[in-house]
Parts: sequence; structure tokens; C-alpha cells
Amino acid sequence: MKRIAAMFLLLMLIAGNAYALRDGIDYTYTYTYDYWGDMRESPDAYRVKQVIDSRGLGLDKPMRQPQGLFVRGDNIYICDTGNNRILQIRSSAGKFALVRVIDSFTGDVPLTTFNAPQDVFVGENGDLFIADTNNHRVLKLNSSLEYQLEFVKPTDATFDQNISFLPTKVVADTTGRVFALGKNVNKGVIKYESDGSFAGFTGASEVTFSWYDYIWKLLSTQAQRSQQVSFVPTEYENIALDAEGFIYATTTTFSEDDLANFVATPLRRLNSLGGDILIRNGEYPPMGDLWWDSSGDYSGPSRLTDVTVLGNDIYIALDRTRGRLFGYDEQGRMLWAFGGAGNMEGYFAYPTALEHMGYDLLVMDSTECTITVFTPTEYGMLMYAAIEDYQKGDYESSAAYWRKVLLMNGNNDLAYIGIGRALLRQDDYAHAMEYFRVTRDSKNYSDAFKLYRKEWVEEHISAIFAILAVLIIVPFVIGKARKIRMEVRYDGGKSI
Amino acid sequence: MTAASPSRRTNRARACFGRFGAALRYSLYCMLHPFDGFWDLTRERRGSVSAANFIVFMVLAVRLFSLKQTSFMFLQVYWPRVNIFQQCLAVLLPLGVFCVGNWALTSLFEGKGTLRDVYIATSYALAPYVLFSLPAILLSNFITVDEGVIYSILSFIAVLYPALLIICAMMQIHDYTLGKTLLFTLMSVFAMLVIIFIALVCMNLVSDGIAYFISLYREIVFRLY
Repeated sequence: MKRIAAMFLLLMLIAGNAYALRDGIDYTYTYTYDYWGDMRESPDAYRVKQVIDSRGLGLDKPMRQPQGLFVRGDNIYICDTGNNRILQIRSSAGKFALVRVIDSFTGDVPLTTFNAPQDVFVGENGDLFIADTNNHRVLKLNSSLEYQLEFVKPTDATFDQNISFLPTKVVADTTGRVFALGKNVNKGVIKYESDGSFAGFTGASEVTFSWYDYIWKLLSTQAQRSQQVSFVPTEYENIALDAEGFIYATTTTFSEDDLANFVATPLRRLNSLGGDILIRNGEYPPMGDLWWDSSGDYSGPSRLTDVTVLGNDIYIALDRTRGRLFGYDEQGRMLWAFGGAGNMEGYFAYPTALEHMGYDLLVMDSTECTITVFTPTEYGMLMYAAIEDYQKGDYESSAAYWRKVLLMNGNNDLAYIGIGRALLRQDDYAHAMEYFRVTRDSKNYSDAFKLYRKEWVEEHISAIFAILAVLIIVPFVIGKARKIRMEVRYDGGKSI
Repeated sequence: MTAASPSRRTNRARACFGRFGAALRYSLYCMLHPFDGFWDLTRERRGSVSAANFIVFMVLAVRLFSLKQTSFMFLQVYWPRVNIFQQCLAVLLPLGVFCVGNWALTSLFEGKGTLRDVYIATSYALAPYVLFSLPAILLSNFITVDEGVIYSILSFIAVLYPALLIICAMMQIHDYTLGKTLLFTLMSVFAMLVIIFIALVCMNLVSDGIAYFISLYREIVFRLY
């Protein structure tokens, strides 16, 4: 009786725990999607290391609605939009200390202060590029805050002169060319030469419409047409540069149906001609969450509001709908997703910007006015090591890391593929096939199987020929024998 | 007398089995000589319901076998959602409704076939599905993605061949011209939709009727207490 009671208590405890897990904002903090697009629990790839806030920095005036974030080396630049200033913070030995507050600059221009600046970018030589939004300009200052250049509203005919120029995001390449996004500008990324002259747009997304829409438009009158939604290219939400100088861009204006059917591309990598060259080799394209509710507190698809690219070509996108981060490798396969909406550490109210410092990730929450610093766990670091070794061509060591990853998470499809590839290189086709079969990687499985089949045929070639010979010769001999017997019988019958 | 009866029984069983085997083998003849074959199928009593049942059973078996044994490269099965009864019904329901719909329609328009004839002919027409699907399933495990076209051609034939045979069968069973057959095959599909619609309406009505009596019963019980 006592034992039964103890068992019952234990069961209650387990059930209670399970319930407690489901009582949170999310079922799990970190997850991945499997081949079927089902959510799979995963060990944490990142955990919160520290939360930077106004009090911790000792600011006299707390941050208000910060919008932009940038990291260069040890320095973090925060665009404190509500207070018209930029904060420079330095990280040293795990501590974050305020270096300077940038609220004005020197130079021969009428306005030497900012008005609601939304983004900041810092070049390798320390030049600051500031999207001074409500002053309708992008400023270029040198490291001692002296005015260098300003990039203003293009007078070119391609730029719609009726809209006011409100730059929201800015990046610059190593030669000093500036790429900016403007509010209500839907022709793509605004490009400036290093001397400040307008150089056109790049990366305008193609206008997509269906045949149904086209026929509908043909049938409607002029008055009706003006009432309908016009097909305009989408507006970009954010841009970031990778190590090679390519622009990663995100957009949040797409139809839910297009996204659900994998037609919309919320995340793009633009080449110099403006074409999208993001590799999408995963089972599902990089788009954040694959499934979403259309009702409830946090409804609708992921809206990727920022993206950052690590040195190893792994890129991470920030979803503002649910406050989640999604990591993808260079092939566009999802590594992990984590985060959520809420007030706890590691959850966000309204995240707006994402940057990385080494492997650490910094997420800015503009409502909470905090910057959350995430650092990779052992699991996360093992995945990075495996991917980096593979990129270097050290496949054996990569597979060794993947094996360790697999011990921590049996649901990690990338680990199976990584090990399978290494086995394939060691000519261990049968085992490689086994690993590829587990993840339903038909392309790699085919490669392994083709080699396995070839090897098998070569090994058994004599047996195959023997069987073939037997199959051909035996009926032939039997037929001949029968014929001879028949003839003998026939002849015998005749002669008698 | 006592010694003769078992041997007579085995003889009868053997004869029965022989007839079944012959009827089943006749499906191959129908496959290769559709016009001749389907004409004799019912008129010369070459086919039997038991053989037709067996072919339908084989179709179900092959379908289930393909779920399990086709290489993951060509058929992705999400096992948590697979229901064996649903898989069987996906074949049996359309087959049954088609037979009934076709028979109901053609008997109004000078069709010569009875419901039994229609069922036997339709089932016999499904034989190539079994014969082409099986090698396709086995082959899928010995080819790569690039060679997948072999698999797709085989599985395409496995569907197209029976479709053509069904048209032939209907033509011969009902003694129709080709145009009339095509028209009535199309109409049969329409009849199937009507049958399904009426079945759904009936089910709705019945469930509403039952719900009415249940609520009536509850009301009375509540009043009485």
C-alpha cells in the first residue's frame, strides 16, 4: 500500500512537472524543425550571459525607444532614438562600460545635433555613419566626431520627390559607399557613392502577381482599379553586411499565403547587381517559424526585423512577432531557434536590432530599453566547430564534432548529414547510407548508394555472370535435351 | 462410403480452386486483349466475383506495401498520420461508389451490365495496377534519385493502364460505343458526387434526428428530477 502511494506521488510529481513546462510562454526555449517541419526540442544553443540596461551603464538619462545597434570590435554603438543621441559602450573582460555619449558633432553645417536617429554604422577606420532620420540625412563623421559628408534626398528622377526622405537603416562598405533604407521607399536599397552622390537603387524585389489578379485587373474599370491594392515592390526592413561585403536584407511586407507556400523570400542576400543569391538548400527556406496561429496574442508569421552574419557565414535572423532568433548555416538549413515573447530574461517585448560580437549575440529590445547578450553553450559551440571544420575541409574532425553534437541531441539532422559525409569520404558507403537515410537526405543518399551499388556489383561480378549463365544455359540445355528425346521417340516410332 | 467422402471433398476443393485460378488468370488475358477479354468476361462467365475480390484485395495490399517498402526518396510517408483503414477506404469507397453510380446510370440508358458485371469488370481492370506497382516498389530500392524517372514511368503506367482498361471494360460490358462510354464514364463521376452528397445529407439528418431524441430525453429527465 505504501509503495503504491509512493508511486502515485511520484507520478503526480512527474505529471505536475510536465504541466509546469507547458504552462510557460513556450513549450521549449530552443527548438529545431525536423524533415516534416515538426517542432523538435533541442538543447539550448545560446544562453543569456548578461543584460545591459540604462542603470547598469550609469546613464543620467535612461534610454528611450532605442532603434539601432552596431558592434565593431569591442565597441557597441546604441542609437538612443528617443533621446537623439548615440551611446558608445566598450566591452572588456565581460564588463560593459560607457565610453561616450554622442549627441552632437563639429563641422560646418547648420544642424550639429541629431533628430531621432534610427541607425548607426561604424567603418573599420572608425568613421560613423548615422541615419539621422528626422533631419532627412545620413551623416558621415570621423572617429573624433568631425563632420565629413552628408547623404541627402536624391534629386534624381528615379527617386519619388513627393515623399520625404527618412533614412532608417544604413551600412557602408570598405570603400565608403553607403547603402541606406528609407521609410516608404520601395524601390530597394538606396545606394550612394563615397563622395555622397546618389548611385541608384539596388535589390528591388520583383513585383509578383498571379494570373487571377491580372485577369481581374483587365476586367475592372479605371475607377475600380484605383480602388484596388496596387502591386508595388516590397519595402526592406533591415540590412546588414557579411564578411565578404554582401548585403543581407530582410523584409516584413509579404502576404501570409505567399510565405506559407514558400513563395515569399523574407530573407535575402543581394549581390552587386541586386539579385538574390541566398542559398536555400534546406528542407524549408529561411523564413523563421514554419507554422503560426492566425489568432491569439502573438499571431501571424515571423517578421524578421534584423539579421546578422557571423564570421563563419552562419546568419541569424530576429523575429519581432514572437521575439525569437533563428540561426541558419550557409546552405540555408536551420541550426536552431530560440527565444520568445515575455518579460523574463531571454524573452523580449519588442526586439528591434540584432548584432554579434564574436559568437555572442546582442539583441536590443526597444520597449524594455535593454540589450541582452547571449553566449553559445557547449552544444552551440560544438555545432559551430563542426561547421567551421567542414568549411576548412577538415572533414574528419568535423564529423568528430558532429558525433559529440549527436550525443547531446539525437534530433539534430545536420549532425547525421555531417557524419554521413565524412563516412562517404572514407568510402564507408553502407554506413553513410544509414546516416543519410535517417535524415531522409535523398541527394546524399543517392550519391552514397550509387558508389555502394558499383562496389557491390564489382565484388560480385563473377557470381552475377554465373547466375546469368545458368539462367540462360540451363533452359537451353533442357530444351535441346527435350528436342533430342522427342526426335528419338519420333524416329523410333517411325522406324518401328 | 466413408472412405469416398473425403476424397470427393478434396476433389471439389481442387475443382473450386482450379476455377478460381482460371478466373484469376483470365485477368491477364483481359489486360492484353481488353476488347475481346472484357466481352467474354461476363458473357462467357470467364471471370468470377471471388477473383475480382482477390484483385481488389491485392490492390489494397500493394498500396500498403508501397507505403512501407518504397524507398524514402520517392515516397515520403508521415507515419504518425497513416491510418490503415483510411488507406483501404481510399480505394474501396471510390470503387464501390463508382460501381453503384455507373450501374444506376447505365441501367437507365440501355446498359447491358448488371451491378455484378460492373464490379467484376472494374476490379479486373485494376489488375495492371498490381502488376506494375510491385516492380516499381521493388525497383525504387535499387535506383538513385537521378534514375527516378524509371520509377515514375512505372507508377504512371500503373495508374494510366487501369484507367484505359476501365473505359474498355465499360464499353464491352454495356455494349456501348466509345463516345457513349466516355460520356457515361464522366456522368458516372457526376453520379458518384451525387451519391456522396446524398449520403452526407442523410448522415447529417440522422445525426440531427438522434440529437433531437437525446435532448428530448434529457429534458424529460431534468423535469422529472
